[in-house]
This record gives sequence, C-alpha cells and structure tokens, in this order.
Amino acid sequence: MNEYKGIWIIGEQKEGIIQSITYELLARALELKGSRAHEISIVIFGNIHDAELKKIRNVNADYLLQINDRRVDYFLPEPYANILYDLVQKRRPEIIIGGATSSGRTIMPLVATRCRTGLTADCTKLEFEEKTGHLLQSRPAIGGNIMATIKCADNRPQMATVRPKSFSSKLKTSEKILEIITMVPEEKLFSSSVKRIKFTPISENSSNIQESDVIAAGGRGLKKKENFKLINRLAALLGGCAGATRDAVDRGWAAYPQQIGLSGKTVSPKLYFCAGVSGSVQHLAGIKTAANIIAVNNDCEAQIFKIADLGIAADLFELLPLLIEKIEKSRKSVNDKNFSGAEHE
Amino acid sequence: MKIIIPIKQVPETGDVKMDSATGTMKRDGVRSIVNPLDLYAIETGLKIKESTGAHITVITMGPPKAAEALKEAVAMGCDDAMLLSDKSFAGSDTCATSYVLAMAIKKIADYNLVICGERATDGDTGQVGPGISAWLNLPVCTYISKIISAGEKILTAERLVEDGYETLEIKGPCVITVVKEAASPRLPTLSGKIRAKKLTIPILGPSDINAHPEHLGLAGSPTKVVKIETPKITRNGELIIPKSPEEMEAAADKIIKYFHKLDII
Ligand SMILES: Cc1cc2nc3c(=O)[nH]c(=O)nc-3n(C[C@H](O)[C@H](O)[C@H](O)COP(=O)(O)OP(=O)(O)OC[C@H]3O[C@@H](n4cnc5c(N)ncnc54)[C@H](O)[C@@H]3O)c2cc1C
Repeated sequence: MNEYKGIWIIGEQKEGIIQSITYELLARALELKGSRAHEISIVIFGNIHDAELKKIRNVNADYLLQINDRRVDYFLPEPYANILYDLVQKRRPEIIIGGATSSGRTIMPLVATRCRTGLTADCTKLEFEEKTGHLLQSRPAIGGNIMATIKCADNRPQMATVRPKSFSSKLKTSEKILEIITMVPEEKLFSSSVKRIKFTPISENSSNIQESDVIAAGGRGLKKKENFKLINRLAALLGGCAGATRDAVDRGWAAYPQQIGLSGKTVSPKLYFCAGVSGSVQHLAGIKTAANIIAVNNDCEAQIFKIADLGIAADLFELLPLLIEKIEKSRKSVNDKNFSGAEHE
Repeated sequence: MKIIIPIKQVPETGDVKMDSATGTMKRDGVRSIVNPLDLYAIETGLKIKESTGAHITVITMGPPKAAEALKEAVAMGCDDAMLLSDKSFAGSDTCATSYVLAMAIKKIADYNLVICGERATDGDTGQVGPGISAWLNLPVCTYISKIISAGEKILTAERLVEDGYETLEIKGPCVITVVKEAASPRLPTLSGKIRAKKLTIPILGPSDINAHPEHLGLAGSPTKVVKIETPKITRNGELIIPKSPEEMEAAADKIIKYFHKLDII
C-alpha cells in the first residue's frame, strides 16, 4: 500500500478550455495537502488551448498528466475509464478526487470498481485522519439529514467525488511551474462501444444551473405557468439561472434540468433566492451548500425560513414585481448617468 | 429483447425521522417504497416492451421484505423477479452491492440491456449502475434522458449532461442509467397486482450466483462508515414580516442591499 503516493484530481476541459471544476478540485487538493508532502497531479483528457495551459502552469500543482488525443476531446466512458485505470496501475496515486459531474460520476465508479477500491460520492469535507493518514470523507446522507464520515483504510487509491461549486476556484499563483507529462496510452484503450453522433446544447435559461453563481427559484406558490415569468425575469436581472421545485417542474412551469433537490440538481451558488417554495427536506437537500439564501413565502411558519439568511414573509405577487421594478430602475439610472457622462467629455 | 432492471427498496424519505440522541435514522414505522428514481428505469423498460415485445426481469438485493418492491414492479408490468437475500450481503457498500447484482445478471446470462435508475434516494451515490457495468465489463451510458430506438444490437439514446444532450449509439449488451426525463412512470394495474400476488419470487444466496465470499457484505466493502452526526440546519437568519406598503418597500430595499453586498447587482 505504501507504493501509492500523491493526490490526483480529474480535471475537465471543454473545447480546449479548462473547466472551473478543475480549479475547484485543485483548491480542495491544496487545502487537503496541508502539511503533508503530497505531490499533486492534474489529469486532463483531450486537447487544451495553449493560453489555458499557461493559466494552469503556476497554480501550485506538480504535474499535469495530459492525454492529448482528439479521440478523448469529449467524454466517452470506455476510453476514459480504460485510460485512467491504466494510469492508476502504472503510477499508483494514493488519492483521486473527481468532480460530481456527468462524466466524473461515471468514470470514478468505473475505475474504483475495477481497482476494487472505495469511492465516496459528493464529499463536502475531506481531511486526513490524524494518526493513520487515511482520508476521511464526509458527505450528507439520507436526504441531507445526517453527515456520514467514510474511510477506505485497506484499499488504494482512496477515491472521492465532490460537487461542482462547493468550493472556491480561486487559487494563489506560485513560483512552482507544473511539469506537463504527455501520456500516450496504448491504442486498444481508445476503443469504444459508444459513439457520440450529435450534441444539442440546452437553451440559455436552464443551462447549467450548477455552474451558476446566482439562482432564482420558484415553487408551487407561483400558482401558474404564466407567473413563473417573474422568476425568469429576476434570474435574468441578477445574471443567474432560474431553478424550480419538483412541484413546479411536475406542473410544467419549468424544465427538469432546472429541478433542484434530492431528485434534481444539488446547487451551491453564492446566492439562492426563492419564492413560493415551502422548503421540504427533499428541496433543502439540494440547496444546503448555498452560501446565501433569501426566501419569500407568505407563510411565516414555512420551513424554508429555517435555512434562509434573509426571509421575507410576504405575498410574492406583491414583493417580486416591486423588486424587479426597483432593480430595473436602478439599472436605468446607472445607464443614464454613464450616457450623460460620456456626453460631457 | 431481454431486459434486466436492478431496483432498490428505500425508506420513504419524507418519513425519515432522526434519533437526536444517537444521530441515527429511526427505521421503525418508516414506510418502504420502490426507489422513486427506479420507477423511471422500470417505465423505460416497459416502453421498450410495448414497442418490441421485450421480456423484463427485475432484481433487487435486500432483506426478504424487499420482495414487496419487486412485486410492485411486476404489478406495473415487469415479467419476472429475483430477490438476492442473504445475511452475508448485509452491510454492502456500492462496490459489494454492484458485485452481487452483476453476479445475478451473469447468472441470468441471456439479456441485451440492463436499465438502472440514476441513483437511490437513500444512499444517493449513483455508483451502482456504473459499478455493475465494470464488474460485467459491459459498456455503460449514464444519465440517459430518452430512448430513441432500442434494438438488440444497437441502442440509440439521448444523454443529459450539464450543458446539453448527447445523442449516442451504444453496442449491446450494455448498461444504462436513466434520469427522470426518460419516462413518466405508470401506476400498477389491477391485473398486474393480481399477477404479482400470485408470483413466487425466487430468493438467491451467494452460492446460487457463484459469488465469492470475499467480495460480499461488510468484508467486501472497501468503504466503512466511521462516524455519523446530525448537522443543525438552521442558519439563524433574519425574518421580516412587512405589515404595510411602506414596510414592503423597505423589505424590497433590504433584499436589494443584500444583492449589493454580494456584488450581484
Ligand atoms: C423521493 C422524493 C424526492 C423528491 N425530490 C424533490 C426534489 O428534487 N426537489 C423538490 O423540490 N422536491 C422534491 N420532492 C417533493 C417535495 O417533497 C415537495 O413536495 C416539494 O419540494 C414542494 O414543492 P414546493 O415548495 O414548490 O410546493 P409546496 O410545498 O406546495 O409549497 C408552496 C409554498 O408556496 C407558498 N406560497 C403560496 N402562495 C404564496 C404567495 N402568494 N406568496 C408567497 N408564497 C406563497 C406556500 O406558503 C408554500 O410554502 C421529492 C419528494 C420525494 C418523496
């Protein structure tokens, strides 16, 4: 077991751009590393733009293990898992941290199972056990009501996924320049029984709610589809995404990718604003890691107020239009000022 | 076409109560249901059955009581069921669970497609579907949101990812996990319920599926739970109850101030 060394993070790129999750995972790894002298390697599949490589050069990591091959520019389960498994066998990392993304949540269990090792999903906390140096992995369990701490003592690597946006991606730059190692996996590892024949992006509004810093969400309190426009408008004004409870999605007021909660998405935005949402345990499970929560509900006993940083017990049909109007007005006056300023020059 | 659907019986989450002294879940009196996300897997299978005449076997690993979940799936229209139940299975993590399910699937041998739910609402890991495929060395596609066509050799399907939908062609036999969008589950029918009631569900143990003891239960689980605690959920936030139009204005301003503080507007 002692031959397993170092921390790996599974970075992600899209069309050559390194995705935020990569930096979030790196920040986690750096914090975890703490006093221990672990080397950190970033594993990334696919080509990366030169400008992006420059960005990641001095972020305090030791190695970039790059699989620089067009065939893995986008996610395919078999080549990704085959190649990662092969790398693990050859280089033997002690810890692998991946993102709880659609690809991370697929490749991590595939590789963990093949390594006959443990994997803990959606960890909110990672730390070393004082005496043994084992990785302690904490995660919410059963709808977020309890926190369980999990350990994988006898098998290596120790593997964990963490949710996107649950950690800041801000990193200090360092003197240390990371060493890029280009991996050239065997040809047979690239074979795939899955062929990607098309990609259809999701429309703006519902796109990638998990990556969004701001979410405005609505629930059954909106009463009808027409009224959900209030939520969409507010989300747009705040430069964020619109989210919804399961009840709102089931009624067709919002799309399933916008559903937040136990059977939808888990989100960790800087701000979660919601109106007409009661705060069921299932919904709360999806928003617990939000940094700030503002809630509007006309029932002052509503559960959502227990978890809100700022709660307004009011009729949303009075408060939301007022709020929207005020934001629009302040926007307009800022624009006017800028305009007149330019005129004076 | 032969389809296998692994499902799980879970506690009805709305019912889960915590024992504040021990920080553990109170299991007594908690209603058990079919994992709600597995219903989408079942419905996806039933849709394929309707269009191509597939045969569906539902399987589960769990205590004897988990047979109820299998019966519900049969009542919805699945053909066969198999329960994997043995003391040695207890305490399984996702690695050991996917091993048992994979060995059962191997035992069934004749199949084209394995359909799993995205994850279970109690464990909430989403690791068992991919785990099964790894044990069986089969291709896997997760987060399937739509079956476009289901042939015995090739499955064409849509996969939901963060920023869109991938259209994929998958060579069978394969494992897929489906999301909620894939189907809207039907209710059990009366005739289905009668059939389910009459059906004797075979109960299989480790030797029936040629499972190696070292991969089972607690001993076969690389991960161990070492601590459980109940975090408090309240954030001690501020609650404002506006009683007049002026107070409503003030509340709106307060929210806007909060937005400014966070640098959002
Ligand atoms: C296994 C399982 C999984 C689930 N997964 C999810 C999930 O992922 N996400 C999810 O959200 N739910 C999920 N649910 C459903 C969940 O239990 C709740 O039913 C749901 O979250 C309630 O949605 P809601 O808050 O929109 O509706 P309600 O609970 O009906 O709340 C509506 C709220 O609007 C308020 N309201 C009404 N009128 C006004 C007004 N004029 N102004 C202001 N406020 C008003 C009311 O006071 C009320 O609090 C799940 C349930 C189960 C069993």
